[in-house]
Amino acid sequence: MVEKNNVFNLRNDFPTLKRKVNGKDLVYFDNGATSQKPSSVIKRINEFYQNENSNIHRGVHTLSQDATSAYEDARNKIQKYINARMEEEIIFTKGTTDSINLVANGFSREILNKGDEILISAMEHHSNIVPWQLACEYSGAKLKVCSVSDEGELDMEEFKTLLSDKTKLVAITHVSNTLGTINPVKEIVDFSHKLNIPVLFDGAQSVPHMKLDVQDLNCDFYAFGAHKMFGPTGIGVLYGKKKWLEKLPPYQGGGDMIKTVTFEKTIYNDIPHKFEAGTPNIVGGIGLGAAVDYLNKLDWESIHEYEKQLLDYATTQLSQIEGVRIIGNAKHKVGVLSFVHQKAHHYDIGTILDQLGVAIRTGHHCTEPLMRRFNVSGTARASFAFYNTTEEVDVFISALKRALKMIL
Amino acid sequence: MGLDETAEELVEDFNLFEDWSDKYEYIISLGKELSAMKKEDKTEENLVKGCQSQVWLVAKEKNGNVFFEADSDAIISKGICALLVKVFNGQPASEIVKNNLDFIEKIGLKEHLSPNRSNGLVAMIKKMKAYALVFSNT
Repeated sequence: MVEKNNVFNLRNDFPTLKRKVNGKDLVYFDNGATSQKPSSVIKRINEFYQNENSNIHRGVHTLSQDATSAYEDARNKIQKYINARMEEEIIFTKGTTDSINLVANGFSREILNKGDEILISAMEHHSNIVPWQLACEYSGAKLKVCSVSDEGELDMEEFKTLLSDKTKLVAITHVSNTLGTINPVKEIVDFSHKLNIPVLFDGAQSVPHMKLDVQDLNCDFYAFGAHKMFGPTGIGVLYGKKKWLEKLPPYQGGGDMIKTVTFEKTIYNDIPHKFEAGTPNIVGGIGLGAAVDYLNKLDWESIHEYEKQLLDYATTQLSQIEGVRIIGNAKHKVGVLSFVHQKAHHYDIGTILDQLGVAIRTGHHCTEPLMRRFNVSGTARASFAFYNTTEEVDVFISALKRALKMIL
Repeated sequence: MGLDETAEELVEDFNLFEDWSDKYEYIISLGKELSAMKKEDKTEENLVKGCQSQVWLVAKEKNGNVFFEADSDAIISKGICALLVKVFNGQPASEIVKNNLDFIEKIGLKEHLSPNRSNGLVAMIKKMKAYALVFSNT
């Protein structure tokens, strides 16, 4: 178990957590939107711009070669961190959304035909819905949606019945950003693969809470961004199995993604560069590498145990407030606590909490179909990271009580 | 009372509040006092859709003056609606079109009305002004 002292040591790594908001100590419970950044990541980004800045891949001079090494080292770190077979399977993108769009674009042009199907779920973020709708529009394929139970769990019985020889891809979130549900990813892969159906996971919300092993998971694609896993914004990763990445056409054209260009025919570069047109987010990649270095030092077993205790504590405290309904009561959850109040609007709650220094998120969380499923217009969502504490939960609960007193 | 006087009075009221909670309590009480819009008026057409809270707005014109009715599902938004209605109600359309809304900044509610707060209120003000513009041209 992570001793309290250890959490406080970890908190010290995150300068933003020390600031005041509206005259109060900040309680940052909006980690599902983005995480705070440790000093080591901030320092690495600063160092690059101070001393190392150069474009990568094509330069013969020292600065460019050093920048190229730093960027490609980051790719190597990520490959090791998620245990991909090879570096070529790590594509740098702008973020989770960009990663999913890359696959959806490729599938619509190369794989999908009229009558084919893509299976998603009712708990998907818009980022894992709309790219597939675009792909379907382009190719004539159909979108199928697996239901979610009242507790916020995938209906795995229905999932199995929805797969058929028409299904060309299963695209499902690993962890729900709104409900916190951890989906049975292994079961999803095993069952889909029995029918030779590839699987993509949206990993945006899982990466801050768990270490990943893509070989063990055996999924075909895994999309995630850096900024929720303590790295910078504007950079993300698409992991794809080599055979799939080689099969898919380039997403965008430009520099770096080619071998030779003539006006008659252009020969594309090999993976991963085939998918990385133009000057990439160099400092973003290097910053993500620094975030991975940071995550590698953590004791994940203790973190799991600690985050579970924090969620259990917060859930118990929140449940005791009259009129509160928690949305998302899955058996396996990360530290995400979505709730509504029978009389207070989530916007009012969020506004007053902000005045009291507590940052939560309110609204539909880019999951409008899921909101309709639970018959709510939006929720208030507190989402935790390993640097949050039970004392902060106490501040949140008393702030919430004060807000309700003002609103009702 | 003219538009500017009403706005000035409001700014003075807000200056009396010592901290944020008094200010919000006042806005909330304004929201609670504002009578609810008739159900049949809460149509898709009258909805000023925002990301966070829903705001409905109806406007009528009488002898060159504009009369607003507004409502919201969130009480703070409703309170701000009440505030705007208070300032603009019964005023000549041309005055509403001209107003630069600096009273909002003066009462310290600008954060609620900045475009990055997608709560429907920026859209509501735009709609209020659009109504006034239409009425001032007729």
